[in-house]
This record gives sequence, C-alpha cells and structure tokens, in this order.
Amino acid sequence: MTGHSDPARFEPVLTRDVHLQDSHTLRTYVKGGGYASLNKILKGGGPDDVTQEIKASNLRGRGGAGFPTGKKWEFVPKDSPKPKYLICNADESEPGTFKDRLIMNKAPHRMLEGMIIASYAIDCHKAFIYIRGEFYKEYKILEGAVGEAYEANLLGENISGSDYHLDVVIHRGAGAYICGEETGLLESLEGKRGWPRIRPPFPAVAGYLACPTVVQNVETLACLPDIIDRGSGWFKSIGPEQGPGPKLFCLSGSVNNPGVYEAPMGVPLSELIYDFGGGIDGGKALKAVLPGGVSSAVLTAEGIEGLNMDFESLAARHTILGSAGIIVMDESVNMVNACLNLARFFAQESCGQCTPCREGTVWLVQILTRLFRGNAQRKDIDLILDVTENIGGLSDLSQGSYGKTLCPFGEAVAWPVRSFVEKFQDEFAATF
Amino acid sequence: MNEKGANDQTFRFRNPSQVENILSQYPDRRSALLPLLHMATAEAGYITQPIINAVARIVEAHPSEIMETVSFYSMLHTAPKGEFILQICQTLPCSIRGADNLVDHLCERLSIQPGETTKDGKFTVMKVECLGACDIAPLVQVNNDHHEKMTVEKLDKLLKSLS
Ligand SMILES: Cc1cc2nc3c(=O)[nH]c(=O)nc-3n(C[C@H](O)[C@H](O)[C@H](O)COP(=O)(O)O)c2cc1C
Ligand code: SF4
Ligand code: FES
Repeated sequence: MTGHSDPARFEPVLTRDVHLQDSHTLRTYVKGGGYASLNKILKGGGPDDVTQEIKASNLRGRGGAGFPTGKKWEFVPKDSPKPKYLICNADESEPGTFKDRLIMNKAPHRMLEGMIIASYAIDCHKAFIYIRGEFYKEYKILEGAVGEAYEANLLGENISGSDYHLDVVIHRGAGAYICGEETGLLESLEGKRGWPRIRPPFPAVAGYLACPTVVQNVETLACLPDIIDRGSGWFKSIGPEQGPGPKLFCLSGSVNNPGVYEAPMGVPLSELIYDFGGGIDGGKALKAVLPGGVSSAVLTAEGIEGLNMDFESLAARHTILGSAGIIVMDESVNMVNACLNLARFFAQESCGQCTPCREGTVWLVQILTRLFRGNAQRKDIDLILDVTENIGGLSDLSQGSYGKTLCPFGEAVAWPVRSFVEKFQDEFAATF
Repeated sequence: MNEKGANDQTFRFRNPSQVENILSQYPDRRSALLPLLHMATAEAGYITQPIINAVARIVEAHPSEIMETVSFYSMLHTAPKGEFILQICQTLPCSIRGADNLVDHLCERLSIQPGETTKDGKFTVMKVECLGACDIAPLVQVNNDHHEKMTVEKLDKLLKSLS
C-alpha cells in the first residue's frame, strides 16, 4: 500500500475518545473497550507472543528515532538475573511538539494500558513514567489514572487475577531538554544531571541502574492496545507497510488552525497544512516547513510538493519525521532570525558534555546574530558550515557514533542549521 | 560537611512519612533525589544549603553531588523567586506567532531584566524554551497555568489581574 490516505475511511485510533468529557477516566476508557487487550494477553500465550505480534505490526517508535519497537524488546536479555525496567518517555520537549501531552491529558489510560502490555512482554515488574517537570496538570491527571488502575487491580499484585504483577511510578523531570534523550533520561532518573551516556552498552542491555531497560515514547505505547486487539495485520494496513499505523501530527507556526491531528502514517503534508490546518495564516504564501521539530532539516515550499509524512518519504528528502512537530513558516518569517532562534535553543539546551556541541552552538549564535544584525561577511557563511560539520559530521550510526559528539543532539543541531543556510542562501547573503 | 555560619539551620521535611514513601518507590536512594527536591521546593520555595545538606544525608551522597544535580535543572532554583513566575516562551513556533517583543514589554513594565524579581517580591520574569503548547502560541505560563495567544494588550491585562 502507498502512503496515500483517504480521510473519509480513516477512523481515529489514538484520539477516538478525546472529545468525550471524561475521556481521562477509567470508566469512560473501559466503556470504549479499554483494558480488553490487557486481559487478552494475560490469558494468552505469554510474553513472547506479545513481542512477536508487535514485531509483526512493524510499529516504529514515535519519539523521534523511529526504531522498530518489537525489535527493541528482543534486545532485552532473557536470562539476565537483574530486574528489568520499562520507562515511558513523557518528557516531550522538542519544540513544535505537543502530541504526547494530548494523550496524557485526554487518554492517559490508553498510554497506561500500553505500558502494562510492554512491561508484560519484557518481563518487567516496575515501570516509570518520566514526565516533563513543567507538565504539572498532566502529572496530576496521570496520578489520578494510576490510582484508578491500582484500585481496579489493573496494577499491583496479581493483575486481573493473573500471576503477573507490576508497579508504576510517576517521576517528574525538572526542566532540561536533553533528559528526553533516553540515556540522559536514565541519568536523570538516577538522580544525576542528564548527561547522555556513551553507547554501547545500549539501555536494553544496561540501562537504569545498569539493568536491562526499555525506553518508549508515550505515543508508541498508546498504539499497543489496538495492535493487540485488532491484530498486526490491521495495523500494517494503515499507511506504508515499513512504518505504518495511525499517527499524531502537531501543526504550529503560520497556520490558521494549529493543533494535534490524527491521520494515517503517510498522509500528504499539504493535506495536513491546508485541510487539517486550514491553510496559511492571513492568506500569506508558504515559505518553509520544519517537518519533525527543530531537529529536522527545513524544507522549502517547493520541497514539500507531493511529500507524504512517513519515515521513508522524509528520509528521501534528506530530512526526518522526528517528533512529527510540523512548524510552518509563511513568507513574512525571516529565515536568518528563524535559524538564529534554533541556534539559541540548542546553545541553551546543550548539556555541555562534548566540546564541539557546547562551544559550537555558542559560536553559531554569535555568527547568526552578526548576520541578523547585518554586520557579517561572506566568510561567516562558510564558518557556519564549518561549525556544523564540526558538531554533526562523520556520523556512523552502525557504530553507534553520532558525529563528533556523544549523543544525536549534535546532529540535531547540525542538520537544521545547515539546511537553513543552504536552502535560503540568497536570504542569508542579502544580509551583507 | 560545613554547617556553620549562614547555613547553621537544619532543614527537616514537614512530613517524614512522605519521605519514606518516596524512597520506597525506588530501588536505590539516589533515584529519589528529584522527587525530594520537588517536595523541598514546594515547602521552602527554593533550594537552600540546609535543604541540600538534608537531602544529601537522606540519599547518602555528598552535598556537592546534590548541588551538581540541582544546578543542571532549570526548574530548581537556589534563590527566592516572585509570587508569580511569568515564563515567556521564546522558541520558534511562539516567535513566529509574535512572541519576540513580549519579554521586552514585560521587563519594561516591571523595570527588571529577564531572570530578575520585582522588589516587592511579586513577579519574576523568565525567558523559557518551548513549553509543549505551541498550538496556543505565543504562550505565557504563570506558575502552573497557561495563558494562550498572548499579545502586549493581553499581557497588560494579565499583569493587572495579578496585581
Ligand atoms: C536530543 C534528544 C531529545 C529527545 N527527546 C525526546 C522526548 O522528549 N520524548 C521522546 O519520547 N523521545 C525523545 N528522544 C528520543 C529518545 O532518545 C528515544 O529514542 C525514544 O524515547 C525511544 O522511544 P520510541 O522508540 O518509542 O520512540 C530524544 C532524542 C534526542 C537525541
Ligand atoms: S552532543 Fe551535546 S547534548 Fe549530546 S552529550 Fe554531547 S554536549 Fe551533551
Ligand atoms: S514554542 Fe512556545 S510553547 Fe512551543
């Protein structure tokens, strides 16, 4: 199947209850069929069956990297004497992204059921929700949902009369973008500053307290109940087979109706902007789009023509689906200023551990500030490209090496900054 | 541990059983650090040296290790803040929708710089990065509440309602 979508036939999955007043309550979730999947697996053929079903669905992580979920679970060593941990990554801090917040607010039990299913599959008995510190309202809602689940014996000892037990702890972050990166998150959960770790070992082998740990995004987990309920074949039939499923897209910036929209993976970007988003604010012309948060390479108006929103289609245009935070820029947005804004964000949020990232991001801010103020020279453009090469060049993902830095943040700086300079050269050159 | 001078008061959590409850949720003591620091902030307003010393004893770490963690996180403050913390989002989606002049306007109205607190202890202005609510940009967060689609006029009204 191609990425072509038919909105008339697609029925929302992740957001199907969110219009209901009490969609966050256990009662409403159960009324809509919630927790049936949990009961199904508890009576079913065991953890391996669950892993195989998820693997067969081709579900890929929704947190940014798009790693196949079932495959990640298979990396967890079965014979380890150590406890295993599942962590729900609810740190959502990628600029332009606010989809996980919607799930936490309106469908916390869908996420929680997904957590229990994933924990069961990897033989975990203690799971954590690492929630962004600023999300206080969402924290309170999750606290309520977890409480309800304990009371209904969906958490705790002998869940639904089975011999499976699971505890869930909600852990609040304290303000640091890098704690969304899974190894930074682990350090933070261990009570330290969120400095990403050298890989290998990968978290699935040695994560939280050096125990096997699976870190999974909120939306990824929220996909699980329906895969168990309707089968991997159903899931795989939605959008492109190699990275299918229902998907949440966040629209922000110069659109008439910013918001979170659910569509099949592979929905055309133009459909999201013009149909769901109601078109460009004030009837202005479209200039540029960041398709996957500020860590993705920017696309021009011509560059989005015929573009479908799925992992492969975006990779073919040298950018990423990332967090699916689509930031739309109209003709009045100054590209030098936009690029400076990103650079400032990255300089602010670099954890400071690697020299190219810590110092390079500050240089970028200085050079871009010069450009923005009109006192730069042509060689400053080359300097920007040099600095980005220094921070994010030489990646070899097969070796777990992210350019010249410890974590993918380095590339997340280099790609977008470089893409702005290359694709809007004239506008940059016009400043001197 | 230096407990002399300005830091000679000791800090005790109001509810020791809550401390025990937090510790019991984690496999090791150090993991309880962020929840304990959040609780201390809720009780004392900001993180003082006596709090750092007390928490260090609880999680069995050196106070300097606790300080190292505290200094990493933007939500953990080591100085008092105003009654209302006005957080102005600066990041691209908010900037595109007109956030750029909000901070300047606010600072001019209150005669302070970003990061500072008014003399009466009422307002602190902070420039912050994306708060995950770009659908209602430009965003201003006051303590735990979102104020959406901010303009200079709405900001003035908001200030008045808080004064
Ligand atoms: C700088 C950086 C920030 C990240 N922030 C988040 C985040 O806020 N939420 C998230 O789920 N994943 C984030 N990730 C991705 C995580 O490292 C990890 O891949 C993800 O949580 C795995 O879950 P998934 O496979 O379900 O997507 C970030 C990665 C990087 C490099
Ligand atoms: S790349 Fe940047 S954010 Fe990542 S570990 Fe290095 S300094 Fe920290
Ligand atoms: S950019 Fe301001 S809330 Fe996201």
